[in-house]
Amino acid sequence: MNVNFSDLNFLPWLIPIGPLLAFLVITLATNRSRLVPATDSHEYGGHHPDYDGMLVPVVTPQSRVLSIVVGMAGAVAAWLIAWRVFFAAIRVEHFGEETVYTSGLNWMSTGLTTFRMGVLVDPLTTVMLFMVPLAVLCIFIYSIGYMAHDPRQARFFSLISLFAGAMLTLVVADNLLLLFVGWEIMGLCSYLLIGFWFEKPSAYKAAIKAFTTTRIADVIMLLGIVYLYSLTGTLNFRDILHNQAVLDQLANTPALIFGGLSAASLIGVFLVIGTIGKSAQFPLHVWLPDAMEGPTPVSAMIHAAAMVSAGIYAIIRMYPLLEAGGHPHSGEFVAPLTLMAVVGGFTALFAATIAVAQNDVKKVLAYSTISQLGFMMAALGLGAYVAATFHLITHAFFKALLFMASGSVIHAMEHGEHHVHEHGGHDAHPQLAGAHPVAELPASTESAAVAHDDHSAHGHDSHGHDAHAAHDTHGHAEHDDHSAHGHFDPQDMMNMGGLRKTIPVTALTFIIGGLSLAGFPLITAGFWSKDEILAESYHGLTEGFGPHAFVFVMLCLAAFLTAFYTARQLCLTFLGEPRTEEAKHSGLGGPSSIVSITMQLPLVVLAVFALIAGFVGVPSDFPLFGAIFSPEHNPFHHFLSYGLLIEPPTIAFNIIPVLFSFGVALGGLALGYAMYGRKPLEAGEPDPLIAILGPLHTTLKNKWYIDELYQVVFIQPAQWFSRVVVSEFIDRGVIDGILHLIARVFTFIGDFLKVFNLWLIDGVSDGIPMGIGNFGRWFRRIQSGRVQQYILVALIAALLIGLIFIVSAGFIQAAG
Amino acid sequence: MVPLWMFLLVGAALFSIGAYGVLARRNAVAILMGVELMLNAVNINLVAFWRFKTPLDMSGQAFAAFVFVVAAAETAVGLAIIIAIYRNRKTVQVEDIDLLRL
Repeated sequence: MNVNFSDLNFLPWLIPIGPLLAFLVITLATNRSRLVPATDSHEYGGHHPDYDGMLVPVVTPQSRVLSIVVGMAGAVAAWLIAWRVFFAAIRVEHFGEETVYTSGLNWMSTGLTTFRMGVLVDPLTTVMLFMVPLAVLCIFIYSIGYMAHDPRQARFFSLISLFAGAMLTLVVADNLLLLFVGWEIMGLCSYLLIGFWFEKPSAYKAAIKAFTTTRIADVIMLLGIVYLYSLTGTLNFRDILHNQAVLDQLANTPALIFGGLSAASLIGVFLVIGTIGKSAQFPLHVWLPDAMEGPTPVSAMIHAAAMVSAGIYAIIRMYPLLEAGGHPHSGEFVAPLTLMAVVGGFTALFAATIAVAQNDVKKVLAYSTISQLGFMMAALGLGAYVAATFHLITHAFFKALLFMASGSVIHAMEHGEHHVHEHGGHDAHPQLAGAHPVAELPASTESAAVAHDDHSAHGHDSHGHDAHAAHDTHGHAEHDDHSAHGHFDPQDMMNMGGLRKTIPVTALTFIIGGLSLAGFPLITAGFWSKDEILAESYHGLTEGFGPHAFVFVMLCLAAFLTAFYTARQLCLTFLGEPRTEEAKHSGLGGPSSIVSITMQLPLVVLAVFALIAGFVGVPSDFPLFGAIFSPEHNPFHHFLSYGLLIEPPTIAFNIIPVLFSFGVALGGLALGYAMYGRKPLEAGEPDPLIAILGPLHTTLKNKWYIDELYQVVFIQPAQWFSRVVVSEFIDRGVIDGILHLIARVFTFIGDFLKVFNLWLIDGVSDGIPMGIGNFGRWFRRIQSGRVQQYILVALIAALLIGLIFIVSAGFIQAAG
Repeated sequence: MVPLWMFLLVGAALFSIGAYGVLARRNAVAILMGVELMLNAVNINLVAFWRFKTPLDMSGQAFAAFVFVVAAAETAVGLAIIIAIYRNRKTVQVEDIDLLRL
């Protein structure tokens, strides 16, 4: 086989290589650090409250630069190669039907067959190759700014490179096992990155939670993979999914267990459970909100480009198998489809209700991610293969955007906190504040107006400042409205407000992303993909199919809540006036600083895609827009459908689901604006939702007490079991008892043997050396040291031997 | 012509005298002389056997020549050692040269 990387069949091998090499190089070469005592003079204090008084390893400046250069090189290489493949693939007529880019090599021998590993680019992979490397690249650029002051920056870049490499491996894999390898490496990376700031107990707990929760699902998924391999003898996607005979055979084989199911359905259910863990669907969603403990670029990576998308990607990839034996478009459901529809629909609404009551800017987004993944899952359950893929892509863009924008917001708030920390005492004198270097001013040129406001505000408030100027650096907490908390939380939306003035670029892009998430009609990408899902489910509803009706109702409610909490988040964060000193001083260090550029440039890029990415999938019979963007056919649907054996049907345009889409999006946004935007919250004012929802609000704020439920149902029994049953009864009672008994028996045997030992063994073993010693003492007398004596002996011996020879020669002669 | 057994007799006598010297004398120089006698006894045997058994083959003579050379070398080295010992210990009595003995 001639490997020629200018051949498109081989080129996909190179896509994951860049980030993987970057991982190796950064890990091996540039992860140099020196230990430095943590003091306030380091600028990473904002991230690391727990570093006080510790020695922290600080990456050397050379390593910082090198890790950025190497990491970026890997990401850029992956992006360029992926887009090269993408643009080649979309030019091919009917790509996926006959032509795909694939090549493989022998991986391992399994008895009579050889397991092959390789790459496959088909229409589904192609669209992922557009989205994933772009999002990864944006995240990398963003990370330069976000992690600029982190002491373990090189480590961050190495891990996130590995993460990206694993995701790209998963995307280009041509078989389920290689996909699973990428899947598991991502699980490892998410563990390491969620626990990146492992000094914080909450961070390492969240890391362990994410790892164990997904592990449960992964084991079940592996069962499915093994079962599939035992039945078909291959895991190659093309061999299984593009081969009607294999699919039929799987659909007609009864499953090993659960008699009513076919083998295809059982495998499908196993795979869906794997996705439920990876894509954080109910009831395994609990790890994802806690995953917010990681650095924000990691959140973006997990929630948009990689981890959770991988879960949905895997089931989209395996969809023909999940569907085998059923036909959702005519109301025939098989177990995996029903499972997906129910779990997805329920999760979409469930997570949306929780998001309504969260105050942490990232937690809201985390729950919205769970909810949106529920949309995709439900869509796939209804057979809306294209719509699910479409939403996966658009969601990746706007959710990566939202996470990184929220990271900018948090960074800006931390900057404000830092400012209040450092300058709290001086700001009573505006002329002194003006003398500070530009970089240290909160929002210098980005918003001169606010800087002016600052000073006048301080002028009014000078009395308070005089009072706390006497305090130490923690004195700032005294005069804040939230002084009851003690520690300032830069992620709490209640502490924000009015940030549109201090970080206008972030604010604008955040609003674009938010509107896309809410599905603001016609101009955002989120609208088109969400509308397609609703249209598909409504179509089934009109045919009278149960799962469609369930999903339609759940998704409409979820979409309404999505629009509502998005409006709430946008209003609380960006509108109104700053509710705290920190919000007032927030900023990213001026428009020309490296932090500001690297943290906002990716936002702009993603914001563009969050607006326009939807136009590739406009239904061709949609009024006006269809004529503009898809005159012949829906391009996205058209391109993707050739990857399947049976082309998914196009739903005829229907005004009712579109009206629903309009209604829930605009209604939710309007309600949110009415509650939070028209009259912005004042500092210290409680959330108006508390009054309206009452105890329900507490329930939602506590996430339906799912964590507490798991604590009671799983964790405490497990701990009780391990403490009482395993530790006290089995370990200390049974095992220790047996051990003690054995010990006693052996002690007895030992005592017996000791006596035996003393007289026999000791006797023999003492006797032998004594005998040898005595012999030696006697024998050494012949070694007199007199050479002449030796020679005499030798002579006598020679004579004797000669005599023997002569005598024996005489005998032989006589005999012969 | 003198028969072979006479030569052998002379050789054996010389060898025995040499052996006695080596075994019985206490002077290192005398021991060395005994060794030389034994070597020459061997040489007589070699030459005699050559002359009576294989007169056409020169290897017996050649062997005897080698023995001379080796004996000369050995004597030189042995005397050198003895002189070195004498310079250090002021004696050539073998009983007194017992530094390596326990």
